[in-house]
Amino acid sequence: MSTTDPRTPRTSEAPAPGPELRARDLHLAYDGRPVVENLNLTVPTGRITAIVGANACGKSTLLRALARLLAPRQGVVELDGVALRSVPTRELARKLGILPQTPVAPEGLTVLDLVGRGRSPHQTWWRQWSAADEEAVHAALEATSLTDLAERPVDELSGGQRQRAWIAMAVAQGTPILLLDEPTTYLDLAHQIDVLDLITDLNRREGRTIVMVLHDLNQACRYADHVIAMKAGRIVAEGAPADVVTEATVEDVFDLRCRITPDPVSGTPLVIPLGRHHHDGTSPAGQPGVSEKV
Amino acid sequence: MPSPVVAPPRAALGNRPFRLAVPPVSGVLRPRLLLTGVGVALGAFLLFCWGLTIGDYPVAFTDVIRALWGSGDAGTVIVVQDLRLPRALVGLLVGVAFGVSGAVFQTMTRNPLASPDMIGLTEGAGTAVVAAVVLGWTGGLGLSTLGLLGALATALLVYALAWKGGATGYRIILVGIGVSWICSSATNFLVARGNRFEAEAALGWLVGNLNGRTWNQVDSLAIALAVLLPITLGMGRWMRTLMLGDDVAAGLGTPVQPVRLALLLAGVGLVAFGTAAAGPVAFVALACPQIAQRLAGTSSPPPFVSGLTGALVVLGSDLLAREAIPGTELPVGIVTGALGAPVLLWLLIRANRAGSGG
Repeated sequence: MSTTDPRTPRTSEAPAPGPELRARDLHLAYDGRPVVENLNLTVPTGRITAIVGANACGKSTLLRALARLLAPRQGVVELDGVALRSVPTRELARKLGILPQTPVAPEGLTVLDLVGRGRSPHQTWWRQWSAADEEAVHAALEATSLTDLAERPVDELSGGQRQRAWIAMAVAQGTPILLLDEPTTYLDLAHQIDVLDLITDLNRREGRTIVMVLHDLNQACRYADHVIAMKAGRIVAEGAPADVVTEATVEDVFDLRCRITPDPVSGTPLVIPLGRHHHDGTSPAGQPGVSEKV
Repeated sequence: MPSPVVAPPRAALGNRPFRLAVPPVSGVLRPRLLLTGVGVALGAFLLFCWGLTIGDYPVAFTDVIRALWGSGDAGTVIVVQDLRLPRALVGLLVGVAFGVSGAVFQTMTRNPLASPDMIGLTEGAGTAVVAAVVLGWTGGLGLSTLGLLGALATALLVYALAWKGGATGYRIILVGIGVSWICSSATNFLVARGNRFEAEAALGWLVGNLNGRTWNQVDSLAIALAVLLPITLGMGRWMRTLMLGDDVAAGLGTPVQPVRLALLLAGVGLVAFGTAAAGPVAFVALACPQIAQRLAGTSSPPPFVSGLTGALVVLGSDLLAREAIPGTELPVGIVTGALGAPVLLWLLIRANRAGSGG
């Protein structure tokens, strides 16, 4: 699939609205160095949210806190109104899945084995491989078109296939909320689109809430229903892509002057960056007057 | 009622998992892993019995098996059960302890070089024993107990130094190698300082040895294994997620730091009790999990089969140590060292080629 309208009705098999993820007065720090300060956020349930921002703006840190991989220094992340820290570990892993940036599979681990491990929150020492586990793994392999590669070692796959295998693991986990940290990093353009389409399928077909950190603004605009722009640990703007991704916001967040034009395929904002060498009109970019010329 | 899991036709022979289910109990049967386990266990049992036939008073293989169950000639039963069985049992149990411990460490850190004999635990045990012998500070404790305390203290030191908001695999390896060198320097210093007889006694302990083992050693080691093995094997499910990295494991509902600490303690306990019973039998913890992994065709060392492989290797090495040079009995640690060094080199070369440190 490519560019269906973001508001395509969900299919009938979609479950009831998933749990709500929310952050209140969040302060996050690494080694005592504050990264995120006083952040409030409600993740739209059943939607795709993209977090964008310059390097080191705290977007990955925020994602880690939303997944309880990082304990807040102050404030709280809540799942359906319950603080994450008081949700039992296994219960959390049944509701919320996270795919960190560029995970590495042990040498020789097969796709089937990797995807199977996504089922561990549903397993106990006496129930290690139930019919439901098998069904979920089968479905995850189908959804990611990996059925034929199930017995291949993950480390022998191409970058795009490998990323699909990790997403398949997260899919098999069966959580209504899925967080992804830069799922397209290190992939070529075709594979980036492939992965983003797959993520969109998960949202449209199964109604899963998706939160992903993305680098590419144009992809964020195309694939997300809700965009969160971050700068220096704070949310600068959030909302529908067309409302958030404006020339003023991009200049503020990325310190980059640009033009915005409608994406000829999806109609979402398309960011055309300006640089010192590329600008329209006669005045050199970097001087006043360029961005007003549209 | 096994039903085949989704599997395309190109599966490696005998390596295709099957789902076994008698609701609500279910699990996966891996034929190759099972076959490897049975084969290695049989081999270890054969070497175990073979070892019992050897000695000043030769006993036939069939008589050994009969004597094990207490039937046959009374003299033979005494020779086999009282004189030879402790040695064979210590070999078996030490092999299991080192093999399982190595599998735990290698899985936890995702690095075959992170086995207990590489990150200073056995070195630490050695330093404690040598210090006690040379300085005379035994405090009424036996050498084995001191070795045990040395290994535990070293493990605590490595973990404490590697801790930085959680201890990761690489930090444990790097810190462990450093601590290992410190311990080995300390040992060398103590040996150089001590008089000849003390130094020789200490050096004798520093090479793993099964000679002259008694039921005392069997008992303490057996009790330790009875406690630590179920704990370790019971955490197998979490070891499988921990291998995917801390963040992924946490996302899959694994209590990462508690599990890591528990695995570390169990692994240290296994290697400490093993070292206390037989001294540091070199390379068993490093090589056996890697051998088991390749035999079973798994992506990480299978803990239980690693233990069986450890038993096989220690018992086989002990046979070789006793029979290789007629009239001379070498300590088992020399044989495992000689056999294990090429394995280490091979691992290093492979790690270098993969460029991944493991």
